[in-house]
Amino acid sequence: MKRLINLTPAPAMKWLLGLLPFAVLLLLYVVTSDARLAENAADKLLPSFGSMQEAMTRMAFEPSKRSGDYLFWTDTASSLRRLGAGVAIAAVLGLIIGIATGALPMLSAVFSPLLTVTSLIPCLALLPVLFIVLGLGELSKVVLIAIGITPFIARDIQRRTREIPVEQLIKAQTLGANSAQIICRVLLPQLMPKLINAVRLSLGAGWLFLIAAEAIASTDGLGYRIFLVRRYLSMDVILPYVAWITLLAFVFDYLLRRISKRLYPWELAE
Amino acid sequence: MITAHNLWKHYGDHTVLERINVTVDEGEFITLVGASGCGKTTFLKLLLGVESISRGSLTLSGEPIASEPGPDRGIVFQQYSVFPHMSVLENVVAAIGFRQPGLTGFLFGQPKKDAEELSLSLISKVGLQAAAHKYPHELSGGMRQRLAIAQALMAKPKILLLDEPFGALDPGIRADMHTLVLDLWRENNLTVFMVTHDLKEGFHLGTRLWVFDKPRIDPHAPEAYGATITYDLSTSRNTDVAFSETSP
Repeated sequence: MKRLINLTPAPAMKWLLGLLPFAVLLLLYVVTSDARLAENAADKLLPSFGSMQEAMTRMAFEPSKRSGDYLFWTDTASSLRRLGAGVAIAAVLGLIIGIATGALPMLSAVFSPLLTVTSLIPCLALLPVLFIVLGLGELSKVVLIAIGITPFIARDIQRRTREIPVEQLIKAQTLGANSAQIICRVLLPQLMPKLINAVRLSLGAGWLFLIAAEAIASTDGLGYRIFLVRRYLSMDVILPYVAWITLLAFVFDYLLRRISKRLYPWELAE
Repeated sequence: MITAHNLWKHYGDHTVLERINVTVDEGEFITLVGASGCGKTTFLKLLLGVESISRGSLTLSGEPIASEPGPDRGIVFQQYSVFPHMSVLENVVAAIGFRQPGLTGFLFGQPKKDAEELSLSLISKVGLQAAAHKYPHELSGGMRQRLAIAQALMAKPKILLLDEPFGALDPGIRADMHTLVLDLWRENNLTVFMVTHDLKEGFHLGTRLWVFDKPRIDPHAPEAYGATITYDLSTSRNTDVAFSETSP
């Protein structure tokens, strides 16, 4: 008998083992849901998959009686627009701040303490300030996401910039490169895959800020809908929405990973 | 060409180099040997301009050596010497682009074609023509060092500094690299400083071999005294064996 730390599953077995917990959870849900529904057919807590499908058909493929919109899709579009804008702004700002403070000691001396303090502000606590200053419109939600994840991306990129071997910077200087050339040609290309990675890691926080902002002040969006239908205990809408958000998060993460691999083939080899 | 006069280097209380007096002429191939921590690499860093001297003077053609790296002094490190995100060709072309003024050093149109042609001829000279479009991680250690040397030479330095460039290579590959370095040294009329751990390599390559060692040791304060060049030998390859001890 091998030691436990040396016992590894075969590839096919690994897949099956990975799927096992999902299957168990699903089964557990179906059994308990059935048991509750058998006792009380009007139970709302653990809806059957049939009623979830029914609710989602209504949300996704029938126009809303009030506005005529297909709510599921308009919610998705609004949320993704906010998340995309917020994350894009944070990525650009984070990259610029991170490279500038990572590569230029003078700028680092000025901005690093500020960056450290900013990153410690719990930015959900700033949400009321944003609502007061920027109003309840789209801007405050996008700004919340941007403020929330920019410090994380900036600090990550700053650290990654400093991790680039000093030998490369010296080499570039002995080839006659000026500071701008070193930043554009040596640092920036090597930091792009790190930026994609930082964005992947900060998407989770991005979703959190998005849903929080939508729950508090919004008229559409995935987070808004979940908190709205909570009043009617509509678990048949909430659960599919949560599953949908999870799926979107998974797809973005997967796509970003693939893009990074495709564009920067030299990255993983180090 | 290069003169060190009563040169000292300390880090705080820690003396690394002391009382170094040497003159180097153009075209010499100097190998630096000595135990670890004896200041060989520190001396190379002083020449490179990433460290500054504490006392005395270090001049290049009469001028104090610049306090930052520049294109007159090329360098090849043991590792991390090439840009991992550029192909072999791009690495060498970048050396041409970086000599242009501008924000990015990218070349376009005819200058780019000329630069690529020039780079390819140098790439073939170091024996990498088959790998011109590969990335550094796809190359062996020896090929990467060939690329690093080609890239350094593209900047046309007067002085080439080599910091244990072949330390991580197999013995067979080392012999090939020695031939390459000697060829390039003769062709380009370079002054070479090479740090090595391998005494045999030092004697084989250099026209002049420096041994770094500490002439004085205080057992109660081992860092109080620094290393200096205890032997300055002309190797047999150029002249008859001359064996002189520098006056401390």
